[in-house]
Amino acid sequence: MNTLSYLEEEAIYIIREVAGQFDRPVILFSGGKDSIVLLHLSKKAFLPGKIPFPLLHIDTGHNFSETIVLRDELVKRYEVQLHIGSVQDSIDQGRVMEEKGKYASRNSLQTTTLLETIEQLKFDACMGGARRDEEKARAKERIFSVRDDFGQWNEKLQRPELFDILNGQIHAGENVRVFPISNWTELDVWEYIRQEKLEIPSIYFAHQRKVFLRDGQLMPCSDFIHHDPEATFTESVRFRTVGDMSCTAAVPSKAIDLDTVIDEIRGSSISERGARMDDKRSEGAMEERKKVGYF
Amino acid sequence: MEILRITTAGSVDDGKSTLIGRLLYETQSLKIDQVEHIESKSKSLGYDYVDFSLATDGLLTEREQGITIDVSHLYFSTPKRRFIIADAPGHVEYTRNMVTGASNVNLAIILLDARKGVMEQTKRHLYITQLLGIKHLIFTINKMDLIDYDEKQFHSIEQQIKSLVNQYDWEPRLDFIPVSALKGDNVVQKNNNMPWYKGTDLLSLIETLTFDEDINLDGFLQVQQVIRPKTEAFHDYRGFAGKVKSGLFQPGDEIEVFPSGQKSTIKRVEKYGSPKNKVVMGENATLLLEDEIDASRGNTFVKTNHHFKTEKHIQAKVCWMQSEKLNPNSKYWLQHGIYKSLVKVEEVKSKMDWEAWKSVPTDQLLMNDIGVVELQLAQALIFAPYTKNKNLGAFILIDPQTNNTAGVGFIQ
Repeated sequence: MNTLSYLEEEAIYIIREVAGQFDRPVILFSGGKDSIVLLHLSKKAFLPGKIPFPLLHIDTGHNFSETIVLRDELVKRYEVQLHIGSVQDSIDQGRVMEEKGKYASRNSLQTTTLLETIEQLKFDACMGGARRDEEKARAKERIFSVRDDFGQWNEKLQRPELFDILNGQIHAGENVRVFPISNWTELDVWEYIRQEKLEIPSIYFAHQRKVFLRDGQLMPCSDFIHHDPEATFTESVRFRTVGDMSCTAAVPSKAIDLDTVIDEIRGSSISERGARMDDKRSEGAMEERKKVGYF
Repeated sequence: MEILRITTAGSVDDGKSTLIGRLLYETQSLKIDQVEHIESKSKSLGYDYVDFSLATDGLLTEREQGITIDVSHLYFSTPKRRFIIADAPGHVEYTRNMVTGASNVNLAIILLDARKGVMEQTKRHLYITQLLGIKHLIFTINKMDLIDYDEKQFHSIEQQIKSLVNQYDWEPRLDFIPVSALKGDNVVQKNNNMPWYKGTDLLSLIETLTFDEDINLDGFLQVQQVIRPKTEAFHDYRGFAGKVKSGLFQPGDEIEVFPSGQKSTIKRVEKYGSPKNKVVMGENATLLLEDEIDASRGNTFVKTNHHFKTEKHIQAKVCWMQSEKLNPNSKYWLQHGIYKSLVKVEEVKSKMDWEAWKSVPTDQLLMNDIGVVELQLAQALIFAPYTKNKNLGAFILIDPQTNNTAGVGFIQ
């Protein structure tokens, strides 16, 4: 069995387990390529039926508009229900404080909104498109990752996962984060997108954009991020991840379609999350965020 | 391109993380930003060389203590093959992690320190790999540079391991490679330090190994989902979706449902909504039947001429994984694939004594113990012994109080 078939079989088996073991599953949908792959896998898992669970988008309000347009289009095309948890609402209601300073980002604020939305809508399994190859703390993540009442990840009390046996038994109030594409790499995702002819936001392909340099990274100009208007310039760039605009850097690129993007990633010498400012905050930045309930 | 899944075992100081780090580095699987990070971190910690273990030890506590605690999954590829490594800790307190890491692999790479040779833990690693029935082992004898690349010492270790393997009713393929993970000898290429070594380097070996899967086993599928679209176009559609865990299914096959015993014939085989001529082991399938039968999630479909066992009483080797002990009379959920049944522990018969290196009588299992246990199930189980069919002979035990995965069992 080739790599993509193997990974697809594994992911769909996991998605069917989620539907079988939980009462109220949901797909955490960012509109990025990984969550689009997850949506597509979910569709295949239940054909000719429809996807038996909704999507949840945690909206930081700092989105790339291209992502939101496609999100709404996909919701129609895949005939799924969409829930939105708004970080702006959490800020307006005083439950989180906007970060200050030059590096201010809403990335870590998302966690509060996510946990509140999970509690309100009583989701017991939240599927995400996180992959183990993205970051070293994620390399330790289980496929079924149990979170306590506070949404916390305890890396020392993770359930052993043996063979293909997935233990989703939880107490009331707990929920499980599920990562069906754990074993995929960035390149696998791209090759799968090409094989299945999936549509992804245009910002993944090279385009002309106003950017500025910060700590050696090309940051997109937007209203959400402080920058000196004098220092901006236009460059042919694309994004390798789609996060909050305030923490996602672009990479210079001429790759305008899937073939050229795949060639570029094959030859790339920088890691995928190398352009994520949120991971660079400290040595254990991802691990620390995961402990308090981040994706 | 196929995926090869590997587990690595070795103790704290055998240089396992260094070996894996080097494989990642030399195959350009570590990117510049990651390498720069490791280099500057090594420098700031005052090391004389770049410590590749900083690439694999993902948790803060691991980096603080310089050891691997949890199973870590690492990904790399070469133009020939894709690899997934489950990097598990080697120390005795982490036996359960090693069992976990080894449960999904085709190959185990076991590291030894050339200066120390076969240690207690090497024997334990062998015990675990034979318990899991891994068919291919590569022993990398590391730190050859520290014994002046001594051929005699290498062969002496090789002989000791071969005689240890002979104690078991198990015939894995064995390979032995003398390496220096730190210097890079025989990891991704051969060099001149060991002209006496006629074999290949580690990377070339794992790129070219072949594994055959036995698809001549009886067909076995557990129903994960009954797909009933309830739409106009698929009004009467009823598809039983699940993974083929053994053998294959084709239209026309006569099947039996466990536990109800109802029989029917496969009308159609589908995969993700499209018809197929057959589905084989490892594939997700949807089976549509000729007759309206009552089957639901957790039921098993087998062919009518199957050779599986159905029992309410089983004996299994169990590796215990939680701090609360396994005692006679305690009750657990047994999960076999997706099928669940309550079980009662009838008897704990014996366990492996790592120090005396023999099986000793006992009436309880502590965390990291591996022992023989008799279980009484509330509902009958359909299975094959683990040594006959790995996909159908393993289960987990779930603690009904904590819901944790408390242990793993291998049915005898």
